[in-house]
Amino acid sequence: MTALLQTHDLTLAFGGLVVANGINFSLEQGERLAVIGQNGAGKTTFINICSGLLKPRKGRVIFAGRDITAQSPRKIVRQGMARSFQLPQLFLEHTVRECLQLSAVARAESLSSWSSLAGGSNAVEIDRMLDLISLRDRQHELCINLPEGQRKLLDVGMSLLLQPKLLILDEPTSGVSTEEKHGVMEILMRALDDQKVTAIFVEHDVDIVKRYATRVAAWISGAIAADGSPASVLSNPLIQREVLGE
Amino acid sequence: MRSLLLNTAAVVVIIGLAMAFPWLKLPLILSLCYGLAALGIVVLLKAGQISFGHAMYACISGYVVAFVGHRFPGMDGVLLIALGTLASVVAGMLIGAFVVRYREIFFGMLNLAISMVLFTVLGKFYAVTGGTDGLRINRPTLLGFELTRDPFEIALLVLVVAISLAAIWGVQRYFLSSSGQALAAIKTNETRLEYLGVSAKKVLWKGYVLSASLCGLSGSLFGLSQGLVTPEMGYWLRSGEFVFIAILGGAGHAVGAFVGAILYEFLKMYAAALVSGSWQLVLGAILIVIIYFLPKGITGLMNRRKRLIGGAA
Amino acid sequence: MSRDIFILAMLDGMSYAGLLFLVALGLTFIFGVVRILNVAHGSLYAFGGYGAASLGLWLGQGSESAVASVLLLVTGAIAVGIVLGTVLMLLLRQFQDRDPILQLLVTFGAFMIFEDLQRMIWGTQPYFVADVVNQMGTSELLGVVYMNYQLLFVPGAALAVYFLLKWFLNSTLMGRQIIAVTHDREVATALGINARRIAYLTFVVGAVLGALGGALASPTTSLVPGIGADMIVLSFAVVASAGLGQITGALITALLIGLSRSFCVYLAPEFEVVMPYLIMVLVLLARPQGLFTVVQARKI
Repeated sequence: MTALLQTHDLTLAFGGLVVANGINFSLEQGERLAVIGQNGAGKTTFINICSGLLKPRKGRVIFAGRDITAQSPRKIVRQGMARSFQLPQLFLEHTVRECLQLSAVARAESLSSWSSLAGGSNAVEIDRMLDLISLRDRQHELCINLPEGQRKLLDVGMSLLLQPKLLILDEPTSGVSTEEKHGVMEILMRALDDQKVTAIFVEHDVDIVKRYATRVAAWISGAIAADGSPASVLSNPLIQREVLGE
Repeated sequence: MRSLLLNTAAVVVIIGLAMAFPWLKLPLILSLCYGLAALGIVVLLKAGQISFGHAMYACISGYVVAFVGHRFPGMDGVLLIALGTLASVVAGMLIGAFVVRYREIFFGMLNLAISMVLFTVLGKFYAVTGGTDGLRINRPTLLGFELTRDPFEIALLVLVVAISLAAIWGVQRYFLSSSGQALAAIKTNETRLEYLGVSAKKVLWKGYVLSASLCGLSGSLFGLSQGLVTPEMGYWLRSGEFVFIAILGGAGHAVGAFVGAILYEFLKMYAAALVSGSWQLVLGAILIVIIYFLPKGITGLMNRRKRLIGGAA
Repeated sequence: MSRDIFILAMLDGMSYAGLLFLVALGLTFIFGVVRILNVAHGSLYAFGGYGAASLGLWLGQGSESAVASVLLLVTGAIAVGIVLGTVLMLLLRQFQDRDPILQLLVTFGAFMIFEDLQRMIWGTQPYFVADVVNQMGTSELLGVVYMNYQLLFVPGAALAVYFLLKWFLNSTLMGRQIIAVTHDREVATALGINARRIAYLTFVVGAVLGALGGALASPTTSLVPGIGADMIVLSFAVVASAGLGQITGALITALLIGLSRSFCVYLAPEFEVVMPYLIMVLVLLARPQGLFTVVQARKI
């Protein structure tokens, strides 16, 4: 079975700082990959290159069999790779429901200057997603009023409505209070299972990683230092020293 | 139902005023023209952008009406209006294709610069454009009827009122449409829109063409009512007036632009009557006061009251 | 193009560029520090010009001293700059934390007010007070006779102001503080710099520069209503082409626009007034941040 996402010799440097050091990587469908590493190790750079925000100096990104290197984020999204952001990117003057509707309309490419936003999207589908991310009771509120955890869920919900093949989550629980973290992750994982989406998530919290990832890749200085099952990577002494700081 | 009542009331009031005070016809026509142009600005405000050059579309439209009217003296006024507006739509499509790559201050500046190129060209090429004196537009027939001045103005007023109502209805509908909502999303998070797979530039371009069309429509109606087009119609001060009115009325609802325009025109008249030659001073002061107390304009006030009373926005 | 015409065009262009630079400098300086595009800058130009003309008329024509006339112009400009600059600063302080677009509209409202005030004070008849030009006499350069005022004084004044401002910003404490506030207002405040006072100072300096431009232009221009509106959009072309806040850049684009305009006068007169805006459009299309601004990468 061909890999969903592959990178070949991905290289990028900012001045003297090497943020991607010839990364060769492969992801299969159905995996839940956790990306860990210290700040500045290159994890965010990696996902930014994959999702089109950054262009590599060298190397290729192959997604679902197609070379998407240096394509615009918009084109990459259209091919089935969506992402959520460390700082949730929402439409702050719109309501929760409207944000989801915009996502649905965007996926269906049914932007119309005539029919309403509600008319361009399937109400049942929106309701279902609202239930999935547990925001049904707040659907008519402006999303600027949501607390951080729920903003994250909405951000992911918007990306999920795009029905992507691969969803990249950039630190889904950062900024979320410790009590809420597991709740948020439970909801997220349930939503991912429901939609059968392959996922990469960048995470700092080891407990989250242990519990929800099927595979872990650890970054050190722009390269993958360890890649394998959560148990093996997290018990690796190099990783424990350099990444987890133990 | 309520809006139908309000619309009918507004129409009755306007036509009634025009009948009762015949000298009010022209100011009313001009107000509504300004309202149409300001509505064009409001469309862009939805996307969080301001153009300081949109008077150029009114200008292009007006001059096309003048040129075509000279070349084909028998052409009907309604057709002239259509052609003038079409010219500004085409111009908007072409200029828009370049301009939508820019945002905020750069968007504003580029529109300003292009409008100033047009303005200076119109002023200098006397032989073709009549220079700073402008071009006369002779009174054409309207829907086949040849009219003397008074009936012409009444007919034009009715036409402008009808067009304004259609514009309010159409544009408000556009605001509530998925395209209009995507336009509004550009203001708050354009990046996110791109990450939903939507081309923000395309969405903005559509909005830009709409705004240029509205300014163009305003220009041809304006030119016909004045019987004259001058480069002043495209000067940056005129663009500034459109922005002023848009801010005054607020971007909350399409009707705001017209409320702002009528208020603007009547404040102008009132100030001029009080202290001659001081309307700019009065209006300048009012603009500052409005920005201080009502940054969302008059429709912002209306929306605030609606939200306090209850119901989803 | 004959050699004489070429020389005339060059000198004309440089003189005009000098005036443009002085006015544009005030505009770009204010923007650079307090991030406000001051539409009312045009009024400073106009009031500077009218004020200088009035002073000249009031203190009597027939004086032979060019030095006295120049002192008069400069004093008038400083007075106008301080008064109007303070008024504008006080007004804008009420809108300190608002959207920059709203701040710009406030300056537009102020401009409207000043336009009418100008009309009320000086009327609509043209003013033309050119004594100082005559007092300075003429020179001959490469076979062409030229007025010293345009040839030497205006460009000289522009350059002098440029170097003075550069020295002030780089070598004095207050100048360094201004640079600090320009880079990062918050950090500057954290370092103990009184950002409010710096902002006020900047505004007054910028205003004085605008008024000075008007004052120096008045002996060679007919002062009529509307010159403020024309000058603000023209100086805007200079500033936007250079990049908002670029001081040395503004000098160069002022030269570019001044020279292209003066050459047009002799080669293609219809395009004379179009040139500045054509240049602005071309620059903005190619480099929206202006010719001399270095783009900062944006972080997500």
